[in-house]
Amino acid sequence: MKSGSRLEKILAAGHFAVTGELGPPRGADVEVIKKKAEHLRGVVDSINVTDNQTSVVRMCSMAVCKILIDLGLEPNLQMTCRDRNRIAIQSDLLGSYALGIRNVLCLSGDHNKFGDHPQAKNVFDVDSMQLIQIVKKMRDEGKLLNGQECEGKASFFIGAAVNPFGDPFDFRPIRLAKKIAAGVDFVQTQCIYNMEKFREYMKRVVDMGLAEKCYILAGITPLKSLGMARYMAKSVPGLDVPDYYLKRLQGVPKDKQAEEGIKMAVEQVQEIREIPGVAGIHLMAIEWEHRAKEIIEAAGLLPRPEVN
Amino acid sequence: MVVAERKPIQEIMAMVAEYNKILLVGCKGCVTVCCAGGTKEVGILASALRIARKKEGKPLEIVERTLERQCDPEYIEQASDVIEKDGVEAILSMACSVGPQYMAKRYNIPVYPALNTTFIGGALEHGVWAEFCQACGNCIIHYFGGICPVSRCSKSLFNGPCGGSAKGKCEISPEVDCAWQLIYDRMKDLGKLDELAKVFPVKDWSTSRDGGPRKVVREDMKL
Repeated sequence: MKSGSRLEKILAAGHFAVTGELGPPRGADVEVIKKKAEHLRGVVDSINVTDNQTSVVRMCSMAVCKILIDLGLEPNLQMTCRDRNRIAIQSDLLGSYALGIRNVLCLSGDHNKFGDHPQAKNVFDVDSMQLIQIVKKMRDEGKLLNGQECEGKASFFIGAAVNPFGDPFDFRPIRLAKKIAAGVDFVQTQCIYNMEKFREYMKRVVDMGLAEKCYILAGITPLKSLGMARYMAKSVPGLDVPDYYLKRLQGVPKDKQAEEGIKMAVEQVQEIREIPGVAGIHLMAIEWEHRAKEIIEAAGLLPRPEVN
Repeated sequence: MVVAERKPIQEIMAMVAEYNKILLVGCKGCVTVCCAGGTKEVGILASALRIARKKEGKPLEIVERTLERQCDPEYIEQASDVIEKDGVEAILSMACSVGPQYMAKRYNIPVYPALNTTFIGGALEHGVWAEFCQACGNCIIHYFGGICPVSRCSKSLFNGPCGGSAKGKCEISPEVDCAWQLIYDRMKDLGKLDELAKVFPVKDWSTSRDGGPRKVVREDMKL
């Protein structure tokens, strides 16, 4: 065991893992977190806490992770390179570990141009690959980036994100190989809609022997409506939503589109379970935490296994 | 070269509102090449300011000059005849921001920048300039097919494209090329794709602005 986190134990035991996501509030209200968290209790093995996603200021990921720990839930701290230099990153990592956080997801971060403070000075001192190296060095060598010994190791389960649909497609498996070389233990993918392309990606990844070196969790985001599907298809760079889903939602009355979206998500989970090399799913039910349970349940993934 | 562009006329008007006589001084260096602050642009801005001030009923006298460069003390000196004898109340510089700083260091009257210094770049076509360098002080473009990830990737990534790269474009805008698509294509053409499979370690930014204001000393050039 590298970290002893629940997520690591689930994966190491060969169970099909289920992770969820919780977006912190745009404010200081703890109740919002508690409410969202309860919807995920017993439903997922670990909860990603996003780090100012889409560059919008929200309650900090580390604080929300600690609140989840106090609620008896396991968090996965998302950490972006956008807002921190290597000094802040290492400091936040040490602090996170001290608070009981065991899973870290290393991300570049969305560009600040998209967010609520587009005038911000961004950082990008290190990139996500280098962030993985920093966490690994801290864990395996007990050292900071500068070679200095840490007083106490921060033993994290190291995660990262991969996008099988970003261009250039041929480079994507190579980029995963680089993340593995840098020290990643698990990855969560961008939301998958184009199953054919994902299969092709996974085939290459498995052929390269990468699925044996790192746990791959497939990203699922239920489409709540035709409007959301159109937005995801047109306006989210690097996302591939085939026309099939748009047409399918078009044929459904507006008040039934949410149910159809859930049905589609369940189908996606079932398809993904059949793809070699996939170790679990990462359910990103954006502001739909209350519907996570029905998706996971309908996909036959409840109850979650017990691990010690 | 340093690329600059003129500030909006309203902003410049506000800067010189209280003066009756100014020196409008251009530069024959980079800002002439990028058509922002050469002799021609000095003439255009001077005319625009004169007309606008005349309309306001408060004429502005403008002495026009274009120096060889504004980033060298010896050329700055060449404006002394006008500034010290001609009753000039303020200086409006059309150089990159080095120019107004040098003018301010030499002359004890207010200095205003008429340009915004935008970036170190090159011309893509007539009238179009783009950023190619952030002057990080330790060039590494040879590892990336001759394309700079520091300045041309919006997130300065060293290890491949982020998840937002789509159809060769950057996630921040369809107008911006994804530097990593360019790097990938170029390395593929060169038969060097395997070099991109290596993990590029953290960069030492101390040669960049992060090390504080920089200085180059060439002992062999000193008099």
